[in-house]
Amino acid sequence: MDQSPRFAADLAHLPTSAHGPRSLTWWGTLGFILIEGAGFALAAAAYFYLMGQTETWPPGLAPPDWLWGTLQLVLTLVSLIPNLWTDRVAHADDLRKVRIGLVVMSAVGLLTLVIRAFEFGALNCRWDDNAYGSIVWLLLGLHATHLITDVGDTLVLTVLMFTRHVEPRRFTDVTDNCVYWNFVVAAWVPLWALLYVVPRLV
Amino acid sequence: MSARSEKPVIRRDGPALGEAETHRRLSLSWATPPGLWGWLSSVDHKQVGRRYIVTAFVFFLLAGLLALAMRMQLSGPERTLLSPDRYNQIFTMHGTTMMFLFAVPVMEAFAIFLVPLMVGTRAIAFPRLNAFSYWVYLAGGVMLWVAFILNAGPDVGWFAYVPLSGPQFSPGKRVDFWAQMITFTEVAALAVSVEIIVTVFKQRAPGMSLNRIPLFVWGQLVTSFMVVFAMPAVMVSSSMLIMDRLIGTHFFNPAEGGDALLWQHLFWFFGHPEVYIIFLPATGFVSSILPTFARRPIFGYTALVLALFATGFLGFGLWVHHMFATGLPHLGNSFYTAASMTIAIPSGIQIFCWIATLWDGRPRFATPLLFVIGFIVVFVLGGLSGIMLASVPLDSQAHDTYFVVAHFHYVLIGGAVFPLFGAVYYWFPKFTGRMLSERAGAWNFWLFFIGFNLTFFPMHILGLIGMPRRVYSYPAGMGWDGPNLLASAGAVILAAGVATFLGNV
Repeated sequence: MDQSPRFAADLAHLPTSAHGPRSLTWWGTLGFILIEGAGFALAAAAYFYLMGQTETWPPGLAPPDWLWGTLQLVLTLVSLIPNLWTDRVAHADDLRKVRIGLVVMSAVGLLTLVIRAFEFGALNCRWDDNAYGSIVWLLLGLHATHLITDVGDTLVLTVLMFTRHVEPRRFTDVTDNCVYWNFVVAAWVPLWALLYVVPRLV
Repeated sequence: MSARSEKPVIRRDGPALGEAETHRRLSLSWATPPGLWGWLSSVDHKQVGRRYIVTAFVFFLLAGLLALAMRMQLSGPERTLLSPDRYNQIFTMHGTTMMFLFAVPVMEAFAIFLVPLMVGTRAIAFPRLNAFSYWVYLAGGVMLWVAFILNAGPDVGWFAYVPLSGPQFSPGKRVDFWAQMITFTEVAALAVSVEIIVTVFKQRAPGMSLNRIPLFVWGQLVTSFMVVFAMPAVMVSSSMLIMDRLIGTHFFNPAEGGDALLWQHLFWFFGHPEVYIIFLPATGFVSSILPTFARRPIFGYTALVLALFATGFLGFGLWVHHMFATGLPHLGNSFYTAASMTIAIPSGIQIFCWIATLWDGRPRFATPLLFVIGFIVVFVLGGLSGIMLASVPLDSQAHDTYFVVAHFHYVLIGGAVFPLFGAVYYWFPKFTGRMLSERAGAWNFWLFFIGFNLTFFPMHILGLIGMPRRVYSYPAGMGWDGPNLLASAGAVILAAGVATFLGNV
């Protein structure tokens, strides 16, 4: 059988990357968002399940202090503004603005990690105090791994965009990274309510 | 035109390059690098898929040897071939290996190899992630088996119920290895699922709309979505277990506000869909094999696709039927009874479509079709005992007996392993360029079919007359001797069937 290639068309002019649903990585990111979202939902279900096992909640412990968690909520919600702006300028392949956006998001990301460290200290419980302590540490830790993942990704992208590694697909990587940060923020809103509001309602 | 105004020829792609050079460059681009490193670092979906299949079958054989050891131990009363501790490790390793290291990975392996080819794309989405998933899976399996060989194999059953698997009743490292293996294999499975979803959604050849993709691809697509939503449950629960064991959390410790049933809820929220995660790809095998050997197009393509969706959806609403004996509220039990019976409807639709395909075709009874027919017979029997177990009063009696062991082997071996063998015979030439022997294939089928039924049918009776599962021995005079001996003899025939398969490949 003759296996030599036959030319149907010259596709060399086609772009090698695209943003949003035209990018495979965008779909992959969406897939992992689904997986991690399912993980959050199940951990939250476990929280309610354990809550149903005791008469008082939190059992024998004070609820977490408001300050750091709420500060985190405000900061992450505000961070959506530079994040969406970075997403927009990355769509426009504007390198200078993308660099600014990434530096801002790196700084914001690092700040969220610092706040998260204080949040752990303000939970008013240890993971080994009782089941309540275990589940709140699990939920906060689960979200912390997402913060760390995205901040790490943002820092790497920032370095890439300031070095010789700039190429069209990097702009796509930036937009996918912005999508993931939106998810990290969106996940924090119900988790914040779970950790800080629910114990005060029951 | 003057030479000055002529554009220089950019020898990049296209006709300017010439066919020979293009061919050379394309071959270089897509070829696996030479040598050992090239082999190890290959990201070619066909190579990774084959590697997955071979590894999964190695685990299948190892777990099968453990099953044989159990059957030899139980072939008569009060036998002392295995110590109670070793027996506990063996049944745990058997179930764990079959479920986590064989059944799910082998189905994914077929998807990795076949889905890109079926949708008409050159490579699976995220090929490096795909190769990574294989090595993570292998690491998890090897870790577990090395632990077992060193007498540190888990001994708490494949679903590792707390409090037995907790720090109080299972000190040491055995359960830690089990929980860590879960993380490894589930990461692998989740990665493959994302690859399959993206490959099907984004990499189909022009003209291949979703309503034209093969039923095998539909099966793998629905399965992948089930993995995405089910497997986080076992990752969360096994992480909780390992934290209870290693850093003193109390998720499952009732003394500190934890709850043992939380483990069961989380595990079975994964564990029941897991059955369909194994079964739905097998329905894809059946829907691929049948039209070829019945020599007519599949009957009811749309109905079969809808049945896949219905199964994928309903599969998440059944998990509590594994927990009927735990004393949950009756209203909840009734709901899960109804849901468990409802899922028989899409399964029934599939069976009717396949029978109609055969009925209206001109079947040629080659080995793959023999295995498909074996599947229909065995799986329907398993489905019937499943409907029995969906009823709370019967389940309460039969729970934790050999009746349940018989049921899930009819469902899992019938629903997955029979179609799998058929699929291996069907696609072996595609995988290797070589046709398997039909004569040996027929021997393989009949030994497997007869051996299977001799092994597992008596277990229904054993369960109904009260033999509990997971006992390493039993006294004489319980009425269990005969069925156990028959089951053990059947296991030998079953093993002969597998040996024939090995000889054939």
